[in-house]
Amino acid sequence: MSFTDDDATEALDIFITEARELLESLEEGLLGLEADPDAAETVNAVFRSAHTLKGSAGLFGLSHLVSFTHVVETLLGHVREGEVRVTPELISALLPCADHIAGVIEGVAAGRLSATPEEETAGSALLARLTPFLPGSFAAAAPAPDDAAAPAGPGARGWRLSLRFGPDCLRNGMDPLSFVRYLGTLGTLDRVTIDDSALPEAADMDPETSYLAFEIDLLTDAPKPEIESVFEFVREDSDIRITPLAAASYVDYIEAMPQRDRLGDVLLESGAVTPTEIDTALRIQRERSLSVPIGQVLIEEGLADPAVVEAALSRQRKVADSRSGDTQTIRIDAGRLDRLIDLVGELVIAQASTTMLAAGAEAQGEVTRLIDEVRHSALSLRMVPIGMTLRRFERVVRDVCVDLGKQVQLTITGGDAEMDKALVERISDPLLHLVRNSLDHGIEPPAERVRCGKPADGSLRLHAYHDAGNIVIEVADDGRGLDRDRILAKAVDRGLVPATATLTDAEVYDLIFEPGFSTAETVSNLSGRGVGMDVVRRNVAALRGSIEVESVRGHGATIRIRLPLTLAIIDGFLVGVGPSSFIVPLDRVTECVELPPGPQGRDCMNLRGEVLPFIRLRQIFGIPGTPARRQNVVVVEQSGQRTGLVVDALMGEFQTVIKPLGPLFANLKGVSGSTILGNGDVALILDVGPLVSEHTDHERARQAPVPVG
Amino acid sequence: MSTVELAGELTIHAAAEQAPRLLAALEEKSVLRVRLADVTEIDTAGLQILLLTRREAARIGSTVEFRDASPAVREALAIVHLDPALEAMS
Repeated sequence: MSFTDDDATEALDIFITEARELLESLEEGLLGLEADPDAAETVNAVFRSAHTLKGSAGLFGLSHLVSFTHVVETLLGHVREGEVRVTPELISALLPCADHIAGVIEGVAAGRLSATPEEETAGSALLARLTPFLPGSFAAAAPAPDDAAAPAGPGARGWRLSLRFGPDCLRNGMDPLSFVRYLGTLGTLDRVTIDDSALPEAADMDPETSYLAFEIDLLTDAPKPEIESVFEFVREDSDIRITPLAAASYVDYIEAMPQRDRLGDVLLESGAVTPTEIDTALRIQRERSLSVPIGQVLIEEGLADPAVVEAALSRQRKVADSRSGDTQTIRIDAGRLDRLIDLVGELVIAQASTTMLAAGAEAQGEVTRLIDEVRHSALSLRMVPIGMTLRRFERVVRDVCVDLGKQVQLTITGGDAEMDKALVERISDPLLHLVRNSLDHGIEPPAERVRCGKPADGSLRLHAYHDAGNIVIEVADDGRGLDRDRILAKAVDRGLVPATATLTDAEVYDLIFEPGFSTAETVSNLSGRGVGMDVVRRNVAALRGSIEVESVRGHGATIRIRLPLTLAIIDGFLVGVGPSSFIVPLDRVTECVELPPGPQGRDCMNLRGEVLPFIRLRQIFGIPGTPARRQNVVVVEQSGQRTGLVVDALMGEFQTVIKPLGPLFANLKGVSGSTILGNGDVALILDVGPLVSEHTDHERARQAPVPVG
Repeated sequence: MSTVELAGELTIHAAAEQAPRLLAALEEKSVLRVRLADVTEIDTAGLQILLLTRREAARIGSTVEFRDASPAVREALAIVHLDPALEAMS
């Protein structure tokens, strides 16, 4: 199928989005089943995900996706019927299949509408792994028919089967008689007619070729896909038609169905038509002409009953009529949303400008309030619960544990906490890294844990919560914890810290984020927290977040990532240095004090009896001119450490739209972006984390003894 | 009247051998009695040989009687709603 017009492309986009969601729930369900193999609800949900996925793939003619998913669905169908038990081995075989489907879907998203040779090879290998789980041959599995079986009661649904097996099926070891025998176990064979009209003249007959066809009325409550799955292994060469005995019951069912947009969906959902049949009909439709309605094809090919298709069509029309009704959510293009947020940003800036011009006017206050509300609701459009991202780690934990032979219980709390979608996506990688590290290096193997008097099962906790305009995500394990002495020794060794330095625990643990700690060899020596931790910190910093470590040796470690709720707009504190303006993120500011008089060269002051080191912005940014006579200190806090920023003027709180810096400034430390002030001036937004740590390093290098002033 | 005894498995494995035997036993305006008491197994290949024999008999004006169907044959014929004399039951 080629998608040329926009409608089709849009439909395919929606399919891809839905498919990703279905896959997510599929994977989640599989993991859930591993924990609770008997959860009937989960089994149903997993089956439905696979079923719907296959169905919609069929509607788009993605036959490679359909055929692969079909086997997975069939197996899950057996699980649902209780014929196949859920075991860790089964889940282990199914999870890579979900991955494979995900890969194929991403391929479709990239425009590949059929399988690559690699995908085919990988797919077959995965399906081969599923084969042992599929129930054995139907003949072997089928008990002898029970003559005393009660006939299906009045009103029972049933199917008319028209079976014309391929001529070679006997030679291939498939006995049509066995299929009929097996059907007898699914319900009552109400009427069986053998059609031997294909038997040739005696002289021409090949006794090993199959010539017989069967017409069967099967009274059963079994859904159509289940009947269809009986013929899975002979479908290719055979002509198998399954039509409902009583079309009327389908008409009722379809009319009572919830809203569905597509005819195919309606028919699929009602069970009147199977995905395979839709697939066949679509193929025929393509071969003939796309202008022939799919419903007509289904009727003409004898795949569906006319009354059923008519009911589905009228259902579809009703849906279209009531479309405006009770929709709960809508999907929108992320680009449009970004544009709205941009516009609101511009509005906020413009409003700041009018506030300056019309200070004090009463109407202005109302406008400010409204804009604030618009900003809030616009931003909230992009807010999503973080739980989805966190739950993905269930899979990671499972896989890593299998690899490493460890047992770890993952607990996720606070999944309801919401944050900007863009942030959620970008924090996923750093989190993944932290989780892997905890599993790999933090949590000990079971034997070692038992030796240390801990439970054999390790525990890993992902916890998210809101805290003062930030979202905090913790990765906590009950493993070995960090070895303070070795980290410090290593740091001294590498010249990162002078041998004489006395550091707090937090400062020592912070060293693992130094680039020098990220070589492999260091890792194995050092409870290993160093792998790429510098990269993690860089990524977190790029999101205007910070990261800190807490650890108790032998009892575990907690890594805490603190992020702003959104990337677009922050509450800032506007300060002036000479003619320049800077914005300090408000959530970092703890207080403002006047700079006490003292010698110019000193870089610290006494704040209520404690030493407060400070940074002179004028000096750091090389701003010419003489400092104001009375200078102020903005006290900021970073990872529990307080530092002062010396400025000329405090200009108050200011809502700021962040404009990212161009690539030219990518290496600029201490600045995370810029914004436009009401008067049109540009102000730099200070990135407190790097600014402070840079300065601290600088100070440490000078090794100046710190006098208390 | 002639009689043919079928024994052992009447399946695809034996079909190539049994079919000519049965067809050869058919004579015009005669009665062929086929005894099925010792048939241990029957599949679609076996079934269609019986059906072909019946049709051939009708064509040349003879009669074929299937007799003493073994349990295996009875079971198979019951599935497809044929009685042991190979008449449709329904």
